[in-house]
Amino acid sequence: MSNKWNDPQHDDERELRSLLKREFPPLQNAQQQRDLWPQMLRRLDAQPLRVPWFDWLLAAAVAVALFFFPNAIPALLYQL
Amino acid sequence: MELLERFAAGDLEAFEALFRQHEKEVYRWIVRIVRDTGAGEDLTVETFWRTYRARERFDPAAGNFRAWARRIATNAALDYLRHARKETELSEDYPAAPKGDSAVRSELRGHLRRAFLELPAKYRLVATLALIEDEPYDQIAEAAGISVALVKVRVFRAVRMLRKKLSFFGLEAAAK
Repeated sequence: MSNKWNDPQHDDERELRSLLKREFPPLQNAQQQRDLWPQMLRRLDAQPLRVPWFDWLLAAAVAVALFFFPNAIPALLYQL
Repeated sequence: MELLERFAAGDLEAFEALFRQHEKEVYRWIVRIVRDTGAGEDLTVETFWRTYRARERFDPAAGNFRAWARRIATNAALDYLRHARKETELSEDYPAAPKGDSAVRSELRGHLRRAFLELPAKYRLVATLALIEDEPYDQIAEAAGISVALVKVRVFRAVRMLRKKLSFFGLEAAAK
């Protein structure tokens, strides 16, 4: 299916299309500048799931707080 | 064993072969959507990373790796458009106005550019491919995982949003 704008009712869109093409020239022949395979390998080697240290610290703080203040558990569950 | 079957089984060499076969096309497709060559490279890697991660869901018998990769690339590009900051989008590679541009014309260009970059991501995606890149609607629909009718609706709404924004700036007459 083609989206050529031959229908007169699309005059406005054709005009807008022309303006957009002028502002954002089509990029059908963009060429990558470097070999991406090494970056791909690094991505594959990376740990699939990394939990930031701050999250661990936060979880530990919550656990400690709940240990000392068990009455806060219902309030926490309510917030969740 | 065929290349696609080896890929689906997790063979890294098969994956590299597919990467080499399709990376340029995936890169070009992404750049046409996000219009940023640097982001295009990162998103190409992101696309193939997603394909490798989802390899067990790929059906080698169906065999259309190209269409599958394009769908994933489109989703990766859409995620980028959703999260890219507007400050980045209005980057410094803003093209200079052509010689002879009137002040009104130049103002229109600025507003049009800003209005386009401010379109919601899903509208910007189809508008970019349909209005700027002249991609057929059925190809856009397949890549975005939506119907052709929905592509038409989104293009129509994108055009309407752009018109509305330009008229808000009092520039509709200049756009015609």
